[in-house]
Amino acid sequence: MTSLPEKTTRKLGLVIDLDTCVGCHACVVSCKGWNTENYGAPLSDQSPYGGDPSGTFLNRVHSYEVQPLATSALPHPSTQLIHFPKSCLHCEDAPCVTVCPTGASFKRIEDGIVLVNESDCIGCGLCAWACPYGAREMDAAEGVMKKCTLCVDRIYNQNLPEVDRVPACVRTCPAGARHFGDFSDPESHVSKLTAERGGMDLMPEQGTKPVNKYLPPRPKDRLDQPAPTGEIDILAPLLAPVIAEPTGFLLWLDRALEKI
Amino acid sequence: MHPAPSVITFTTLSGLGFGLLFWLGLGLPAITGWVAFTFLAVAYALAVGGLMASTFHLGHPERAWKAFRQWRSSWLSREGVCAVAALLVMAAYGAGLVFLDTRLVTLGTLGTVLSLATVFTTSMIYAQLRSVPRWNTALTPALLIAISLAGGALLAGQISAALILLPVAGVLQILWWVRGDTALQGSGTTLASATGIGGIGAVRAFEPPHTGPNYLLREMVFQVGRNHARRLRIIAFGLGYALPVLLVLLPFSHALAALAVLSHIAGILASRWLFFAEAEHVVGLYYGKR
Ligand code: SF4
Ligand code: SF4
Repeated sequence: MTSLPEKTTRKLGLVIDLDTCVGCHACVVSCKGWNTENYGAPLSDQSPYGGDPSGTFLNRVHSYEVQPLATSALPHPSTQLIHFPKSCLHCEDAPCVTVCPTGASFKRIEDGIVLVNESDCIGCGLCAWACPYGAREMDAAEGVMKKCTLCVDRIYNQNLPEVDRVPACVRTCPAGARHFGDFSDPESHVSKLTAERGGMDLMPEQGTKPVNKYLPPRPKDRLDQPAPTGEIDILAPLLAPVIAEPTGFLLWLDRALEKI
Repeated sequence: MHPAPSVITFTTLSGLGFGLLFWLGLGLPAITGWVAFTFLAVAYALAVGGLMASTFHLGHPERAWKAFRQWRSSWLSREGVCAVAALLVMAAYGAGLVFLDTRLVTLGTLGTVLSLATVFTTSMIYAQLRSVPRWNTALTPALLIAISLAGGALLAGQISAALILLPVAGVLQILWWVRGDTALQGSGTTLASATGIGGIGAVRAFEPPHTGPNYLLREMVFQVGRNHARRLRIIAFGLGYALPVLLVLLPFSHALAALAVLSHIAGILASRWLFFAEAEHVVGLYYGKR
């Protein structure tokens, strides 16, 4: 079980759009909710309302700041704030699977989802060490390893309406920054998005061959840049000051107010 | 990596125990009867005690037997298999020494090979991890094997072997530290490659996902002060390798030999603490650490 399959029939995974993510953490909350109430051990919290709260999460959103370099076209580029959701990438060469001594960790041949069989897991924690992305967390209450299941209990669930048969995070995202699909099909929504937007791997040098892809952020606003030449600012005439210097009554009022 | 006391004790003591079994299997020293029993008892106490300590950090110790199943792919599983095999074979060999006053050479040699294999498989659990660049080197098994055999030689009273192996281990230790100090840089993994957004410009961690700590931070992100680490390295080198060599070079006495062993163990515990505490897991990069 612990050996990786040569090839999986399908390659299910996520595309995460770093350009669109607004960092609202809705996916974090929906993931925690679904995975606490459904498959496997609940995601516990320790002292959630106490002084030192901590808990198990399968999806966490980091925020990074990037300072683009100045160029002649963009002499004062604005700093970009990029929200960065991170969960299991369902790697093709998943090091977390091969290190597992019990066979509890495995990668499914049919769809490539990486799962933990919780009744076999001894909670040694080695798989969490092996994952370079920090995608696995040991649940402090249950003593077993928890990780993203790609909502395996939603995506094939005939009891749910069709529209809900996607991972909870994808269904919830209000910005449409998360997409779910089959990467083995070049015509799928996720394959096309990846091709069009230059979807990338995280830590490619780690050799894990992640299935999930991240779409790079586009350059952000240009408010403090010189007006681009050749374009016409249609609002400019409307925003020009109507009276440069006050006259008459306004001039009197202006002076009277200054004296106060 | 978090320097968990149970793991530090386990790797240090069981390494020493299997190192001693390595020499006993070779018939060095050539002992039988009660003397053999005492040596074997010490070796088993160290090796088994270490293995027990390692189960303390399991979430489900009662399922530990399941860990023998994946020896085809998992170094942790292979370690379990080798350890149990070595202990069983050496028990049979030991019974021959203690009760029959006979040295069953084949069984002893097999025990020696299995003991060595146990130390090697333990070291590979760490050396295999690309996510911890400081461990991810062939120097890791070399160092851990050298330490185990040197410590075993000290305990088994194999002075001439110890006088070669202790300096070898000391040199490997220094090489391991020197390489380790640039290992993370050398791995090519940075916050830029971790986030994929380094092409835009310099990336800085702005806000972590939660204000509180989590399993990842507790388990894999540990920072030691530079000066603190340097001082500990000096202690580890002095007590673990240099002092034991000096002590066994002095005219032999049991007190000095015992002191050499204790000094060695203390030094190796310090070295093992650093082995974990200084090892950077690349997940720390996501949190802006290192
Ligand atoms: S992201 Fe981590 S846990 Fe998920 S498959 Fe890859 S290595 Fe394993
Ligand atoms: S924690 Fe569980 S799933 Fe992970 S390696 Fe250990 S036994 Fe396998």
